[in-house]
Amino acid sequence: MDAVVIRSLDPLIGELRSRGYTVVGPVSRDEVIRMSEIDAESDLPAGLTDEQAPGRYRLGPAGDGMFFGFAASPDSAKRFTQPPSRTLFRMHGETVEEPEEPAPKVALLGIRACDLAALAVQDRVFLGGRHPDPGYRRRRENLFLVAVNCAVPGGTCFCVSMGTGPRATSGYDLALTELAGPHRFVAEAGGERGAEILRLLPHDPATEADLHAAREVSRCAAEHMGRSVDTDGIKERVASAPESPQWQEVASRCLTCANCTMVCPTCFCTTVEDFTDLGDGTAGRTERWDSCFTLGFTEVGGAPVRGSGAARYRQWLTHKFSTWFDQFGTSGCIGCGRCITWCPVGIDVTEELAKLR
Amino acid sequence: MGATGRDGVPRLAVWKFASCDGCQLTLLDCEDELLSVAARVEIAYFLEASSAAGPGPYDLSLVEGSISTPDDLERIRHVRRVSRRLVTIGACATAGGIQALRDFADVREFASVVYARPEYVATLDRSTPISAHVPVDFELRGCPIDRRQLLEVVAAFLAGRRPVVPPHSVCVECKARGNPCVMVAHGTPCLGPVTQAGCGALCPAFNRGCYGCFGPMESPNARALNRQLRELGMSTPELVRVYRTFNATDEPFLRAGDAAADEAAREAGDAP
Ligand code: SF4
Ligand code: SF4
Ligand code: SF4
Ligand code: SF4
Ligand code: SF4
Repeated sequence: MDAVVIRSLDPLIGELRSRGYTVVGPVSRDEVIRMSEIDAESDLPAGLTDEQAPGRYRLGPAGDGMFFGFAASPDSAKRFTQPPSRTLFRMHGETVEEPEEPAPKVALLGIRACDLAALAVQDRVFLGGRHPDPGYRRRRENLFLVAVNCAVPGGTCFCVSMGTGPRATSGYDLALTELAGPHRFVAEAGGERGAEILRLLPHDPATEADLHAAREVSRCAAEHMGRSVDTDGIKERVASAPESPQWQEVASRCLTCANCTMVCPTCFCTTVEDFTDLGDGTAGRTERWDSCFTLGFTEVGGAPVRGSGAARYRQWLTHKFSTWFDQFGTSGCIGCGRCITWCPVGIDVTEELAKLR
Repeated sequence: MGATGRDGVPRLAVWKFASCDGCQLTLLDCEDELLSVAARVEIAYFLEASSAAGPGPYDLSLVEGSISTPDDLERIRHVRRVSRRLVTIGACATAGGIQALRDFADVREFASVVYARPEYVATLDRSTPISAHVPVDFELRGCPIDRRQLLEVVAAFLAGRRPVVPPHSVCVECKARGNPCVMVAHGTPCLGPVTQAGCGALCPAFNRGCYGCFGPMESPNARALNRQLRELGMSTPELVRVYRTFNATDEPFLRAGDAAADEAAREAGDAP
């Protein structure tokens, strides 16, 4: 189906809701853009923009009426594909029960190109190996993805370096480009699931001028990346630096707090914890988000393998930019910049990589 | 655990030393669960809930409060003798508590200001954690402790397994809960990165910075955090103060507070 122009998002939101989707989109809450349930276009944070820098995020007025004038929010799709905790099984006496995991139908409205790339990375991690994760598969299949092409990249974005943005090229059901004068969206379907819905919405065919304006948005965004990484030979470069004095230096600044891995849309590490109930003798096992920055993560026989902050920072950077290629055939980093913005002390992976040269 | 009580029911004792009772109240606050605890254990000595002080021995003793008087010193040795397992609950019992701030001053001077007849007040110069006096099987952090963690520790000891009480930062829980970081988004100083998890990132969930009530996490880098806290506008006296609250004498916080205090002294010396 060819690209079309839509004037309002309300028919789209209504159509998705009528198909049983909870529509989750950007809203402004506590001075941060959050991904949260929305009922209508009027819930979107019109006229707001974000300022992102290492260890710093501020939301402020943009002076325009645009709905998507900001970059990636702290919330990625990870929360929906890989919830922070889940029960693996419960036991009561001889009976073992594996609860059916909830896989809600969620439409993510306003997901960005980098996050689509992150989903593709997650797909390889959770579905690509010999033991695909059925819970992940069901949650993933129940996501409907309405991408928005970035117009205003953040100060910590580097999707251009990682080849993942700022324009969504695949992995979406629908992709929107927001245009001003008059306010409208160029909408493209990424497959039949999207096209089926798009045909039902009030729309006009996109003119050559509309398509040109949409391409200009992406071209302009690509020129305004906050950060860049030289990816040439990056896998080997990082792999060959295990003894670099840089790891000690960054460890003197790093809090080993794990924020970077928690906000990263591709970090997938978990730990399992067993519980026994006080009252009725139920026991069970839960899985929850963990990080290579915690000491328990590498505990073997009671002692951590990566005790020093230097070893833990090295693990994180090496996994994202080097060993991930060996393991999954792609980079583990898609350039969203979240780990830079949301590191409480503003440690910047792009700077640390540059210093490794 | 081979139980000591009637019909093989394990006996639980709760003891109070220098403290505010907040942690014991957390146990009382576990309404529903307490009923199941009461069915599986005999609650033998629980100052806050009843005045009955059963004779030992006890399978599990929960100890609240720090050691701050000569009498406490005697009593904690008794508690240890009659307890198979001893678990401290809260910042007072685990790290000396807020009353350990006396360690940084002259307690006799305080007493003479506060009490009409200070000679009747028997007090030690320092407020110390239980572990400074007797072996402790497990230390549960927090001021006050977290309800879920308390139930976990009791359940774990009754089942004879290790409690699941991760020693990593509050930030891990903060992100799992879905809080945006208050330091990054609002410039609000937060001790979460150097503080042990357990509270479920309570303060950041209400847009406030963590003030460190669970004490130091497994690998705290207070020096690096302090640089950022200064950037966010905290003065040296404020920095000294944030580390000298509930866990002031816990090693990493003690060092962080001392380092800031040294700087304060230098700054005062530099001043004209
Ligand atoms: S490593 Fe950082 S920039 Fe890369 S995907 Fe993860 S959070 Fe985004
Ligand atoms: S960087 Fe660390 S937390 Fe992230 S996926 Fe790799 S090992 Fe796991
Ligand atoms: S790099 Fe930043 S976010 Fe990551 S562990 Fe270190 S201090 Fe925390
Ligand atoms: S608000 Fe505090 S606890 Fe939460 S992530 Fe930020 S520094 Fe950590
Ligand atoms: S956030 Fe910090 S101060 Fe607040 S309850 Fe948790 S540990 Fe205590």
